[in-house]
Amino acid sequence: MGVEILMPALSPTMTEGKLARWLKKEGDQVKSGDVIAEIETDKATMEVEAVDEGTLTKIIVAEGTEGVSVNSPIAELDGGGGAASKGTAPGHDTAMPQQPAPPAAASPEVGEVAKQAEDYGAVAQRGADRKEGAAKMGEAAAAPEKDWGPTKPMTVREALRDAMAVEMRADDKVFLMGEEVAQYQGAYKISQGLLDEFGPRRVIDTPITEHGFTGMAVGAAFTGLKPIVEFMTFNFSMQAIDQIINSAAKTLYMSGGQLGCPIVFRGPNGAAARVAAQHSQCYASWYAHVPGLKVVAPWSSADAKGLLRAAIRDPNPVIVLENEILYGHSFECPTADDFIVPIGKAKVERAGKDVTIVSYSIAVTWAMQAAEELAKQGIEAEVINLRSIRPLDAETIANSVRKTNRLVTVEEGWPYANIGVEVAMQVMEAAFDYLDAPPVRVCGKDVPMPYAANLEKLALPTIPEIVDAVKRVTYK
Amino acid sequence: MAQAAEATGAKRRGKAASAPPMTQDQLLQAYRDMLLIRRFEEKAGQLYGMGLIGGFCHLYIGQEAVVVGMQACLEPGDQVITSYRDHGHMLATGMEARGVMAELTGRAGGYSRGKGGSMHMFSREKGFFGGHGIVGAQVSLGTGLAFANWYRESRNVSLTYFGEGASNQGQVFESFNLAALMKLPVIFIIENNKYGMGTSVERASASRDLSKNGAAWGIPGEQVNGMDVMAVKEAGERATAHCRAGNGPYLLEMKTYRYRGHSMSDPAKYRTREEVQKMREQSDPIETARKLLLEGGLDEAALKKIDDEVKAIVQEAADFAQSSPEPDEGELWTDVLLEAR
Repeated sequence: MGVEILMPALSPTMTEGKLARWLKKEGDQVKSGDVIAEIETDKATMEVEAVDEGTLTKIIVAEGTEGVSVNSPIAELDGGGGAASKGTAPGHDTAMPQQPAPPAAASPEVGEVAKQAEDYGAVAQRGADRKEGAAKMGEAAAAPEKDWGPTKPMTVREALRDAMAVEMRADDKVFLMGEEVAQYQGAYKISQGLLDEFGPRRVIDTPITEHGFTGMAVGAAFTGLKPIVEFMTFNFSMQAIDQIINSAAKTLYMSGGQLGCPIVFRGPNGAAARVAAQHSQCYASWYAHVPGLKVVAPWSSADAKGLLRAAIRDPNPVIVLENEILYGHSFECPTADDFIVPIGKAKVERAGKDVTIVSYSIAVTWAMQAAEELAKQGIEAEVINLRSIRPLDAETIANSVRKTNRLVTVEEGWPYANIGVEVAMQVMEAAFDYLDAPPVRVCGKDVPMPYAANLEKLALPTIPEIVDAVKRVTYK
Repeated sequence: MAQAAEATGAKRRGKAASAPPMTQDQLLQAYRDMLLIRRFEEKAGQLYGMGLIGGFCHLYIGQEAVVVGMQACLEPGDQVITSYRDHGHMLATGMEARGVMAELTGRAGGYSRGKGGSMHMFSREKGFFGGHGIVGAQVSLGTGLAFANWYRESRNVSLTYFGEGASNQGQVFESFNLAALMKLPVIFIIENNKYGMGTSVERASASRDLSKNGAAWGIPGEQVNGMDVMAVKEAGERATAHCRAGNGPYLLEMKTYRYRGHSMSDPAKYRTREEVQKMREQSDPIETARKLLLEGGLDEAALKKIDDEVKAIVQEAADFAQSSPEPDEGELWTDVLLEAR
C-alpha cells in the first residue's frame, strides 16, 4: 500500500481548487521539497511540494481537474521513505489516534511553569477553578475599608515618590526608567531624590523614544525584573501602545501562562491646564478595554501611595493614571509601613442616601464639591471613588445604587465608550430593578481639547453640570 | 575525521591558519539540527495543507543555518527572541518538536496549550522568549532581555532576530540607540532572506548594506553567508565575545533565503522559480554540511541513520500534534492575569 498525497489547503479558507499541472509523472522519483504539482485557487497558483520521498506510483487526479476537494487523494507514493511513510496522510480516512495525552505530557514544562510562577511572586491561575472569573470584570473583593491608624498630610507627589522608594528598598528587581526621571529629578518631580538613594542602575534616564524604551522595559519584565516606566504624560504612551497591549498585556495568555509581565506604566493622565488637544487626553477607556491589563486612577495621596505600591507588587502589567493637577494637592495619608490599597476596591468617599455619584481621579474632587453644593439644597449624594478602573468594583457601586436608586457618573474623558458607560451597564446588569431613573453621565465634551481658557473650561465637566445631572435623576 | 573537516573548512574560507569554527562532531550536530528543522517544517506544511494547522504559518525552510550556527555560540542563560517565522528558532534552542507541532495544531499539548499558535510560543527553560507577531516589536523586547543581563550583571547575551523587512521599523533604530547608549549585550541578527512578504529588500530599504545600519551608533556589523552554518558560527563567536566582554551590541546581517512563500498562502510570484531553484541547488545549507561531512570521512550509513532519527522525531511530533486533545474549554478563561499574592 502506498502513501496517499492529499490535495492541500493553501489558505485558511480554501475548500477546493484546480489541479493545474503535474510536474512529475508516474514512475518519477521524488524527494522532500520537490515541487510535484501546481494548484490554482481563486486567488493564486501555488506549488505543491513533496514531503516524503519515494516513487510516484499513481496519479489519481489528472491535471486540469477543477473543484478538487481539500484533503482528497491526488496521487500515491510507493512509501519507500522509511520512517516518514508511516501514517503520512492521517487526516484523510485514517481514524485519529484516540488516546488523549495525559495532562502531564500535554504541557512540556508544567513543573517549570509552576516554579517560575513562584519566582514571579504570583500563582498562575489555570484549570477549572478560575473559569469565567478570571476575565470577568467587577470581580473585586467585598471587604470593608481597613482602618490603617494614624495619618499625616502629604501631597500626591510625595505619596507617589514614597511608594516607589519603599518598594525599591524592599526589592532589588524594582527599578524606575523614563525621560528625565534621574538627573532632572522628574519632569514633574515625582522621582525627586530617587537617583541619590538608588543610583543610576535603578533610576534610569532614557532618550525620548517611548516605543523603544517601553519595549525594552517589557522585555526586561519578561525575565522577572519589575520595571516602573514613567511616561512624562500618558499622551506619549501612544507611541508605545503596541508594546503595552500586544506585548505586555497579551503574552501571558499567548504563552499559556509561562511568561508574565510584572510592570508598571505610570504618569500624568488627562487634561493639565492650557496645553491643548495633544497633551490633554484621558486614557482610562483605552487601557481599561484590554484584558491582561489592570488600570488604576488614584485621587488622594492615600490612593496614590497605596495603589502604586499594590501596582508595583502586582505580577501583571498595571497602568497607573495619575493627574498632574493633583500632584501638589495635600491629603491625609496613613503612616503605617505596610499601608497598601488593594487593586479592584472602590472607596465610598462620602455617604449619602439620595444619589450615587461614581467618579475617579480628579473628577472625585468635582464630585465632592458638587455633593457639598447638593447638601445645601437638601440632596444627600453618595460619592464613590473608583480608585481601580479595571477590575471594576461593581459590587460597591451596585450596593450604593440599591440604596440610592440613582446613578450619575463623572469623569474627564470623552463621552463615547467612556468609563461611565461601563459603570452604568454593570449597574444595569446587577441592579436594574433598583434604578428609579436612567443613569446620567457627566464627562468631557466630545471635542479635542481647545487651548483658549474659556473653551477649555467648557470642554471639561463643571460643578453645575454635576448638580444638574443629579437633579435630573432625582427629578428635582 | 575531524582533521579532514578542519582542512576543508579552512580551505573553503581561504584561511589556512585560523582554527575552524566547528569540529566534525559539531558539524554533525549542526547537520542534524538543521535537518530536524527542515523535516519539521515540511511536515508542518503538509499538516497545514490537510487543514490541521490554521491561520498563518511561516516556514523557515532554507534559513536553517542561521539559527543552528548562532545557537552553537550560546551559553546557559543566553536568550533568544524572534518574529513569527519562529519554528526553527524553537527547535534550535532545544524545545521539543512535539510541543511545537501540537501548538501549531492548537492542542493542549502545545507549548502555549493551544492558545498561542505558530507565532506565539515560549520556553523560559530554553531561553526562548517568543515568537512575536508584530513586525519589529521583538527587537525592543530583545533589547530588554539584554537590559536584564546588564541589570543583573551576568555575562549572558540576547540574540535578537528580525527580518530585513523589520529592519526599517522605527523601534529597531530606537533599540540600536538604547543598546549602544547603555552598552547592552545584544546581538541584532538581521535574517535577510531578500523578501519582506512580497517586497524585495531593494524596494523597501535605501540601505544597501544592512550590516552598516547600526553604524551611526557605532555598532559593529558584518555580513555573513547565512547559508553556511560554519560561517554563521564563526561570526557568531566574534559577536558573542564582543558582547560578553561588555562592549555593547553587535549586528550581524545574515544573507539567507527562504524557499517557501512568506506564509503558506503566498504563491511567491514576486520571484522566479529559477531563482529559488538556483539557491536550493547551489547554496542549500544542509546539502553543504552533508558534503563536508562526507569529505570529512563520515559514511552515508551514518548520515542515513541521522535522517531516520530525525524523521522519527518529526513523525512522532505529527502524531502527537493530532492525538493531543484540544484545550479544555476552561482554558479560555485562564492565563489572562496572574493572581497577586
